[in-house]
Amino acid sequence: MTRYAGNVAAIRDLVRDQEVHRDVYVSEEVFQLEMEHMFPNSWVYVGHDSQVPNPGDYFGTTIGTQPILLVRHTDGTVKVLHNRCPHKGTRITSETCGNAGKFFRCPYHAWSFRTDGSLLAIPLKKGYENTGFEQSHAASGMAPVRHVRNYRGFVFAKINNGGLDFEEFFGESLSSFDNMIDRSPVGQLKVAGGVLRYMHNCNWKMLVENQTDTCHPMVAHESSAGTVVEVWKKAPPGTKKPMAVEIIAPFMSPYEFFENMGIRIWDNGHGHTGVHHSIHSDYSAVPGYFDKMKAAYGEERAKAILGENRHNTVYFPNIMIKGPIQLLRHFKPIAANKTLVESWTFQLVDAPDMLLERTLMYNRLINAPTSIVGHDDLEMYERAQEGLHSNGNEWVNLQRLYSPDEAGQTNVAVNGTSEWPMRHQFRAWTKFMTMGM
Amino acid sequence: MSMVTEAQVKNAIPTDQELIDFLVREARLIDQQRFDEWLDLYADDAFYWMPLEWNQTDPRLTCSLMYEDKLLLSIRVERLKGARTFSQKPKSRCHHVLQTPQVDSRDPAANNYVTWTPMHYIETRMDEQTLYAAWATHHLSVENGRLKIKLKRVDLINCDAAFGNIQLFM
Ligand code: FES
Ligand SMILES: [Fe+2]
Repeated sequence: MTRYAGNVAAIRDLVRDQEVHRDVYVSEEVFQLEMEHMFPNSWVYVGHDSQVPNPGDYFGTTIGTQPILLVRHTDGTVKVLHNRCPHKGTRITSETCGNAGKFFRCPYHAWSFRTDGSLLAIPLKKGYENTGFEQSHAASGMAPVRHVRNYRGFVFAKINNGGLDFEEFFGESLSSFDNMIDRSPVGQLKVAGGVLRYMHNCNWKMLVENQTDTCHPMVAHESSAGTVVEVWKKAPPGTKKPMAVEIIAPFMSPYEFFENMGIRIWDNGHGHTGVHHSIHSDYSAVPGYFDKMKAAYGEERAKAILGENRHNTVYFPNIMIKGPIQLLRHFKPIAANKTLVESWTFQLVDAPDMLLERTLMYNRLINAPTSIVGHDDLEMYERAQEGLHSNGNEWVNLQRLYSPDEAGQTNVAVNGTSEWPMRHQFRAWTKFMTMGM
Repeated sequence: MSMVTEAQVKNAIPTDQELIDFLVREARLIDQQRFDEWLDLYADDAFYWMPLEWNQTDPRLTCSLMYEDKLLLSIRVERLKGARTFSQKPKSRCHHVLQTPQVDSRDPAANNYVTWTPMHYIETRMDEQTLYAAWATHHLSVENGRLKIKLKRVDLINCDAAFGNIQLFM
């Protein structure tokens, strides 16, 4: 049954000012339209260029559900290619990452391609003479994703020709990337520590929304963070607070804490929690780090960089970064009710190892399939995914602190428990979903 | 009711059989959800390590699925008892199938015994049943006539796969 394909009005009707229809989470048709329209119309995160340091290095990922490759070309630039052989469709690489050498070679019939995707050679080439092969799609090789932008190491790509250009799409939100990168004394990040992968039986948007949902931690995480606080109370007085307690305990901060920390709204679905302070504000100083930052940037600027405590910055549609802890979460859609979550960690180049150690501990304690905090969240997403099948109510309420004049506003800081970011993500959702439809 | 009880190690130097009995008992305590008794098998400075990477050597600057000291383990055990531990309503259950543990090394002078136990671990919750295959490496020592775990390392055969929730202990 098709209800939404080509029907802009029906898609618009799914998103009201203060509520959204359940079909945005449960309908397979809506999911397919997201893959056909919304993801290809958006600038989607591909990977970090430190994952492909040398010519021929590649990394396989997805834009929506389309397989793509991030590759370092022989000339040193980074390309994004559709990971599909132009002959019969075979996925070119078997491993997620590796080195192709000077060219890719399809494992099926050995067509080969330069690392920018262009066709290099075909065995038994004569068989294509006088067939008009030069005019075929296949002759142009592996199709490149046309719009690619490397922003200080972070690579984004847009599949469709329409839509917004990179600057228009991200605007001021890039300041969160800047802050994360500037935390390195040499202004450089490197993917490090390994990627945590976590399978969620729920819609990808539930995860994205949750990144700015500050009304849930003290409720859903009472079991994990609450237990940490209780167990820690029994430690003998004067015991040094372990890094793990510093990391988990702030999830139990009261409503007031989250109300006061603030949320910032930018254009196109982007925004961040933690305008003034956040759950990352009170980590112990790492010996030697500030001195390095001061030497690199001067005291005032170093303080300003480290004084930012942005909690979660959401880049619509499907990543979130945490500057103070150098972590990026990628919410990869698989089906309406299935999402792969990858949590990537970064090393601040030329900073003490202890920072990476803390980043990895955070990732392990919060984002792992073996993490108790992660269990709390996934349980809620999966219950929501099931509950939405109830016909008792077809609408999801996103009304908290709604104001009728909010739609056109950008770069505003509001109460930290507002559901404005979610409403704003859905405004962007409608925009990129219907663009060019 | 017959419950498995802890046997003292008869001498300061445990026999292979005593090491094996201890490992079998550890698995049973988990399966029977006797988590307080289970936790008590761990030395105060013990670690429970589940690598994320095949043949991982570094738990500090490479991410792990779990790398937990006794404080974190006791938090997990307390959490499982919590009235608002929603991911454990209803509770998970688990089941270990161990191969006979092998004693890989014994060093009485250093009070260190290393064992290797291939196993299948099954965790269930509601209608879902998930099978994990793993090798457990234990570093054991004798403290006051009792065997204690200094390090338990669980290497999953598919350590780098994308899992759903793994809620109990392997
Ligand atoms: S499918 Fe790739 S060469 Fe034939
Ligand atoms: Fe959460």
